[in-house]
Amino acid sequence: MSKAVQFFSSRWGIISAGLFVGIFAPLLQHWGNPKNMGICVACMERDIAGALGLHRAALVQHIRPEIVGFVLGALIAAILFREFKPRGGSSPVIRFFLGFFAMIGALVFLGCPWRALLRLAGGDWNAIVGLAGLAFGIWIGILFLKSGYTLGRSTKAGGFSGLVFPIVMIVLLLFLLFAPQFGRTPEGTPTGPIFFSQKGPGSQHAPIVVSLIIALCVGFLAQRTRLCTMGAIRDVILIRNTHLLSGILGIVIAAFMMNLILGQFKAGFSDQPIAHANHLWNFLGMVLAGLAFALAGGCPGRQLFLSGEGDGDAAIFATGMIVGAGFAHNFSMASSPAGPGAYGPASVIIGLIFCIVMGFTMREKIS
Amino acid sequence: MSEKIDARGLSCPQPVIVTDRKMKELGRGVFEVLVDTETAKENITRLAQQSGWQLDVNEEFGDIRLVLKKV
Repeated sequence: MSKAVQFFSSRWGIISAGLFVGIFAPLLQHWGNPKNMGICVACMERDIAGALGLHRAALVQHIRPEIVGFVLGALIAAILFREFKPRGGSSPVIRFFLGFFAMIGALVFLGCPWRALLRLAGGDWNAIVGLAGLAFGIWIGILFLKSGYTLGRSTKAGGFSGLVFPIVMIVLLLFLLFAPQFGRTPEGTPTGPIFFSQKGPGSQHAPIVVSLIIALCVGFLAQRTRLCTMGAIRDVILIRNTHLLSGILGIVIAAFMMNLILGQFKAGFSDQPIAHANHLWNFLGMVLAGLAFALAGGCPGRQLFLSGEGDGDAAIFATGMIVGAGFAHNFSMASSPAGPGAYGPASVIIGLIFCIVMGFTMREKIS
Repeated sequence: MSEKIDARGLSCPQPVIVTDRKMKELGRGVFEVLVDTETAKENITRLAQQSGWQLDVNEEFGDIRLVLKKV
């Protein structure tokens, strides 16, 4: 066991986790997931929000088993390696809204940091603009962190509290498998409460079992290696450490090779799948997301893996993202391939103001 | 009596930031950091290796005591 612990915390450990994601995300696309979206935590949580009827954008509704697998894979790893520690209570309301606005920023760009890497590896150069925005947002977050920003300490929580979010994931899986249709339209036709897209990105998916098994492995590996896209950029800026970055490079290089092999590489800015080429809002959307991730201590994927470890604060952030996705579509804030939504730019500015106010006001001396 | 920092319950990367700050403040010497997650322990271990501080790790009652030393 201790050899396994050593391997996972080594540089080769994190590179292996990155390579695994980089190999299997393009394969998930090959097997049915939307283009450059083999794995995208933001998009997949958005699809879940739609499937639950939290938004009615008919093209993006599906219960994505990948999200379920990430949490449960991390839970299994945490229990096996005795790291399952229920905890919480570190400014939950602020974390909820950091998740909420992180999702809005991500949906203005159209992707979480993982999808930004996969878009890059697929030749979508708009991802470079998004990643630059992400890095800039993280840099602002670091300035706050260095000047004393904190959401306060979490404390140990009762044993069951750490299982609530994983159980919610199991319920989502049951919703996917059984798709209950007990809602009725005024005419009496069955509808909802679980909605599945009949066309568009929400209708495209790899076989459930395949997605679930791959996601369980990703969750397991990422929990062990602490894979985090936000942390990768943050550690380079903050302490000149490239440990986490090597995992990220593993994702990009492996996904690039896989895309070449599978014929999924298409270079350019325009006509990229589920993407737009408005540089300003691609950049600013990801500035907001990066800042929110830095203030909350992890990218969306990492928040799911922490949720699997029993971290209630991370679960609140993830819940905020799912609710944020509902609002993003209902309030015309999410982008489409045509460009930013009508209220996308305004919502990014509101989100940035929220994050900056939190950055200046949430302070505590640690000794 | 060495200085002690209680970094338990802090989100990533705050345990690293407070440790890094103390390293720079002291330049050399001994201090302790108390953390409660393996992630914080691994991050501080990498920081110590990178900046030439020796590290002793003691686990007690679910908490992890890291003693950092530079002569």
